[in-house]
Amino acid sequence: MTRAGESYWLDVWRQFKVHKGALASAAFLTGVIVAVAAGPWLWPVDPQFIDVRARNAGMSLEHPLGTDQLGRDTLARVIAGGRTSLAVGVTAMAIALVLGTLVGVLAGYLRRIDGALMRLTDLFLALPLLPLLLVAILLFRDMLRSAFGPEAGIFILIVAVIGITSWMQTARVVRGEVMTIREREFVLAARSIGTSRRRIITRHILPNVMSPVLVSATLGIANAIITESALSFLGLGFPSDFPTWGRLLYDGVDYLQRYPERAMAPGLAISLTVLAVNYLGDGLRDALDPRIRTR
Amino acid sequence: MSRASVAEGPDGRTPLLAVEGLKVHFPVLSGVLRRSVGTVRAVDGVSFTIHRGETLALVGESGCGKTTAGRAILGLVPATAGSIRFGDREIRGTPESAIRDIRPAMQMVFQDPQESLNPRMTVLDIIAEPLDEHRKGPKGARRGRVMKLLDAVGLARSVADRYPHEFSGGQRQRIGIARALALRPRLIVCDEPIAALDVSIQAQIVNLLDDLQNQFGLAYLFISHDLGMVRHVADRVAVMYLGRIIEVAFCDEIYGNPAHPYTRALLSAVPMPNPEVERHRQRMLLAGDVPSPSNPPSGCVFRTRCPFAYDRCRTDVPHLRPVESGHFAACHLSE
Repeated sequence: MTRAGESYWLDVWRQFKVHKGALASAAFLTGVIVAVAAGPWLWPVDPQFIDVRARNAGMSLEHPLGTDQLGRDTLARVIAGGRTSLAVGVTAMAIALVLGTLVGVLAGYLRRIDGALMRLTDLFLALPLLPLLLVAILLFRDMLRSAFGPEAGIFILIVAVIGITSWMQTARVVRGEVMTIREREFVLAARSIGTSRRRIITRHILPNVMSPVLVSATLGIANAIITESALSFLGLGFPSDFPTWGRLLYDGVDYLQRYPERAMAPGLAISLTVLAVNYLGDGLRDALDPRIRTR
Repeated sequence: MSRASVAEGPDGRTPLLAVEGLKVHFPVLSGVLRRSVGTVRAVDGVSFTIHRGETLALVGESGCGKTTAGRAILGLVPATAGSIRFGDREIRGTPESAIRDIRPAMQMVFQDPQESLNPRMTVLDIIAEPLDEHRKGPKGARRGRVMKLLDAVGLARSVADRYPHEFSGGQRQRIGIARALALRPRLIVCDEPIAALDVSIQAQIVNLLDDLQNQFGLAYLFISHDLGMVRHVADRVAVMYLGRIIEVAFCDEIYGNPAHPYTRALLSAVPMPNPEVERHRQRMLLAGDVPSPSNPPSGCVFRTRCPFAYDRCRTDVPHLRPVESGHFAACHLSE
């Protein structure tokens, strides 16, 4: 990176720091990611280990978040579940982002297919997502399970259905942004040079839509985590012995009256992570938008 | 006098650029079904020529179609009718791929240097973009060529790795000019290149354009509304009103002996630097506004604001006719 490039990102960082919520969220998320990635070393307890003598235990030094009805350590399960939930969130977001950016750029830049692509987007927006996801999972679960194994198969399925059904917001944002950038004089200058369409898109338009895309990416992660949790909560996500935050919540609900902390741990993890991701998106949007930055 | 002689230049040689009857109409779309309910005649039958090393200024108030005309010549907006000949090649209606090889010969400098430079690219990449696109020279020579261009436009070589937002307006315009020069063009369309700059910087940029013209033998189509500045730059001046050229003449001729009432009104609005002269300047004020280009007046487009309009102006469209050698005006009164 050059001196000037650094100064641009320094500028962004300076503005980002102003948003205390975003700063705290970034710190929290970093903590969550480190904990989830380094979980087995930080808390070397097997989340699948069944300790029948210690079942339904409360909080103790041995089990900081207690154990479940089979005696599995809740902290280890929350950490393992976070790994799945975050992986699903990031991967599904990446799929939605690529799809959304592709549709948005094509619709915004090529006027001829704009109408068709935007009606397609409207169609997807009008679909009731959760029933659609349930149908897709019922239809394809067994096929993918036999092809990739129970865990990988359901991971692919969930990531794909969430990705395919949540690209629309990104597409709309990108399309609007592309339409304004397309009319800017530097694009006109590129055309007068004789730059090809493909390179106008990759060199001039894409780098300039990156900031709204980045923002919609963070919000997309939050959405994907929630959708995965909802699916697992409905019992249609990962297999029952494979922890995710939504799955843990689902398991904890049965014991809500006697052991409320068992649902609270994954519930808090979901809520705080989603909140932090949303705050981070907010802060990024402010920091990347030069019109807000000057205020 | 026939149209052909309008196209002929001051010395009768084949012009570098010959524009004949250029029309650019934009449809006005309305309603849910985007039906065309009318047309905006942004440029409505414009003819002019530019010769090698010559500067033709296209002047007129905002909305008269001068920018659209400049963009149509480079194929950035589609021309509705007419002919645009560059050298011996017809450009209008030719697909982009077929005129790609003459792109290097025609370049453009834009009005707002902030807008016309991609904020995410370094100066080096901006100036080298035309070189990359047309693969001029080996890869290693790219940086060296950019350095030479930076020298030519009076920027320090050390700025190559910086971003546009770190520069002042005048410096940014120099970057824009360097980009336009990169492919050694023969014609540069300057679309109000100084309108967005401070007065002190305007003079620098105009002088730079002048130096570059002498150095590289460039021809300019200099689009401007600043008649005071045009006087210093142009060899010939074409005055546009509502999509048409209403007067063309050599620079001295048009400033000394304007034939069209509109030109006279424009010139009377230019402030004089000499206070003695300025005190006695007679303003010729025009009543009313420019009519809408989607519904231009019949006959002479200027008749609604012309203090000398009479019956014939309502019915007959005046064509460019010679007033003197090399001086043409479209006015019934100057016949």
